Amino acid sequence: MNVIVMFIQQAIVQAITMLFGATGEIITEKSGNLNLGVPGIMYIGGISGLMGAFFYEKGSPSPSVAVGVFVSLLCCLAASALAGLLFTFLTVTLRANQNVVGLALTTFGTGFGNFFGGSISKLAGGVGQITVKTTASGFQARIPGLSNIPVIGTVLFGYGFLSYTAILLAIVCTYILKRTRVGLQLTAVGEDPATADAAGINVGRYKYAATVLGSMMAGLGGLYFIMEYLGGTWGNNGFGDRGWLAVALVILALWTPTHAIWGSILFGALYILYIYIPGLSRAAQELFRMAPYVVTIIVLVATSKRNRPEDQPPKSLGLSYFREDR
Amino acid sequence: MNETAAIELKNVSKRFGSIQANDHVSLTLRKGEILSILGENGSGKTTLMNMLSGIYFPDEGEIFVNGKEVTIRSPKDSHALGIGMIHQHFKLIPILTAAQNIILGLPGPQRLDMKKIDANINALTKKYGFEMDPEQRIYDMSVSQKQTVEIVKVLYRGADILILDEPTAVLTPQETERLFDVLRNMKSAGKSIIIITHKLNEVMEISDRVAVLRKGKYIATVDTKDTDEMKLTEMMVGEKISLDIDRIPPVDPEKRIDVQHLTVRNHEGVYALQDVSFTANSGEILGVAGISGSGQKELLESIAGLQRIESGKIYYTPKDGKTVALDTMRARQIYALNIHLSFVPEDRLGMGLVGTMDITDNMMLRSYKNGNGPLTDRKAPRELAERVVDKLEVNTPGITTPIRNLSGGNVQKVLVGREIASSPAVLMMAYPVRGLDINSSFLIYHLLGEQKKRGCCVICVGEDLDVLLQLCDRILVLSEGTVAGVVDARTTTKETLGAMMTSGKHVQEGRKADV
Repeated sequence: MNVIVMFIQQAIVQAITMLFGATGEIITEKSGNLNLGVPGIMYIGGISGLMGAFFYEKGSPSPSVAVGVFVSLLCCLAASALAGLLFTFLTVTLRANQNVVGLALTTFGTGFGNFFGGSISKLAGGVGQITVKTTASGFQARIPGLSNIPVIGTVLFGYGFLSYTAILLAIVCTYILKRTRVGLQLTAVGEDPATADAAGINVGRYKYAATVLGSMMAGLGGLYFIMEYLGGTWGNNGFGDRGWLAVALVILALWTPTHAIWGSILFGALYILYIYIPGLSRAAQELFRMAPYVVTIIVLVATSKRNRPEDQPPKSLGLSYFREDR
Repeated sequence: MNETAAIELKNVSKRFGSIQANDHVSLTLRKGEILSILGENGSGKTTLMNMLSGIYFPDEGEIFVNGKEVTIRSPKDSHALGIGMIHQHFKLIPILTAAQNIILGLPGPQRLDMKKIDANINALTKKYGFEMDPEQRIYDMSVSQKQTVEIVKVLYRGADILILDEPTAVLTPQETERLFDVLRNMKSAGKSIIIITHKLNEVMEISDRVAVLRKGKYIATVDTKDTDEMKLTEMMVGEKISLDIDRIPPVDPEKRIDVQHLTVRNHEGVYALQDVSFTANSGEILGVAGISGSGQKELLESIAGLQRIESGKIYYTPKDGKTVALDTMRARQIYALNIHLSFVPEDRLGMGLVGTMDITDNMMLRSYKNGNGPLTDRKAPRELAERVVDKLEVNTPGITTPIRNLSGGNVQKVLVGREIASSPAVLMMAYPVRGLDINSSFLIYHLLGEQKKRGCCVICVGEDLDVLLQLCDRILVLSEGTVAGVVDARTTTKETLGAMMTSGKHVQEGRKADV
């Protein structure tokens, strides 16, 4: 019993990073931009938030939790927005190839994270020595009382505020996509920018806004991982596959953020399943870790049968739009 | 005339490079009438209307809407003036519903109250007698339903001047009738309507007045009740122009291609060709005339083995006399028989050439399988490229220049040169001079004439009737996918051809029987 409760709670803990990334990427892809820079943006968001908190706590004689959380959120959002802006400027304004720019951004972001992670480790006195205890405690704070209820408290209330933000964000984004004018027009931009343009929609503005907002969400995923999951420290290449799983999750969720909620929990569960199955050899563990990708492939095969055109990727995904191309 | 006109064009001109698409056109659309704009392909109908819808900007001339002079710089300006254009190619997003497509881009409250929007749309469709479900998704719709959505979209935006670009081209006769009923309802509600078409029977049926354009020039506007199809045809095709193409009599004509009862459906399930039979001989040029989209493309592709044939037979008799059936062969086998097709699409690069590759590489597209071993033979194509450049006077910095960087005429010379180089037994050309200037055109006519002299069987689909009449020996006239007749190019007049092309009546009956 305890193990199952623990497993579910841990699956959800794993899920949140991916959920942030997937929700952001869905919004981005709905505008027709395929941003493969998500894993890199997670690094950028994570390290920027960590650096903000680190320097704040280092500089202030008696750091406060609220200010620490605020500073790290601000640094994280600003840095990931800049990364998204760079991607959009290159792909929308200069019409560079989205795959190439996205992959470059991932390589860059990983290097950026590891470089500055190493630098502040040195300032802190060695690898693994960074601590932003005060700020991290703000991210890890549970709702008092509720989280102490057995089972329910662990499964439903055993998380910091960013976890609830992620789920709320997914629900709000779904509502915007399906029920509002902005969502309808964003969908139109991603499907057929020429038609959207002819209908008087500013295609460039939608692409910029969606991609930058999407990047900020991916950045929050990185911050969650650093602050709540790792408790405010840095390990090089610590994100593992989570960034790519977020991109894969978009397909599993069929471009609907609410589907990404359960999808991310499923991915989270599959991701840590090997720990909970006793007596696995090292090789078998590796096989189990492939599970999320296998699921994604199965979903791809199942949806590519084109039963419902609504479940297909946005038509102009990955293509740049230029009005004079007719 | 005391009341102000809905639209008045005065001396409007538009040039594209060396082509004068509209030459000082003046035209009036009265309030509450249906005006047909009639003209052959390339007579500038669509260009003229695109200037009203804000896609093109006129080079000179004035446009008046409701008596006021206006400047239309973008589709937005056009919307603001209450002009709505329904294009031939629908601008709809398939995964959205009709209602979602209709409100796309319109201002309004963020939260979408689809019930209220649907009710508004239903009120509008009821008023004019449309049949449309606002909640149906576009991908589930037939072509005519999509067209309905486009029209409702324009009306929902408050347009009171509607321009329809060949609205009946994609419709069945019953759907056309329904569309005409709706147009009449809109007319009685006070809307002014322009309908672009080249189907004479429809012009007679629906319009109050007809404006005729020919080669970019405005000819006249007449009241429909004072005219008939014969008079309109004369206005449309105009007088015969002499081109002085050097034409020799057919050289020992022998039957090469024999098409019998060919029927082809396009991917939408509509008949593209119906019971087409004809023969094409060696040593002669067979012209194919018809309004664009009458089945010319499908006909050539059927012979080349690129079309799925529903029924009918195609036979080929080579010089040695052993007849083979082409309809069961693959495209590659047919090509190996020396039956070559070159199709010049509207964008020129779409078929047969790769823009980013140079001339040699484009020559190799036909010959990459030759040579031994895994390595390709580059020497022969290079020589061929040099020969084509030299003989056809292709204006290029060298044979290593990407095709994309050449001018349109030179690209076409490369395409035609490549097909002619292998001295084909049957050469099919579609629109070989599309977009070319006079000199380049004559060079191509001359090349076709040479092939004929050599004993090649040439089939040439053309747009310009004057050219076809003076280049070809016989002309096959297609009308909506059926053969309207095969005529002798030396004795036929342009008027006869025009009338045959636009007749289309026997087809309508055939189609009705089919539905």
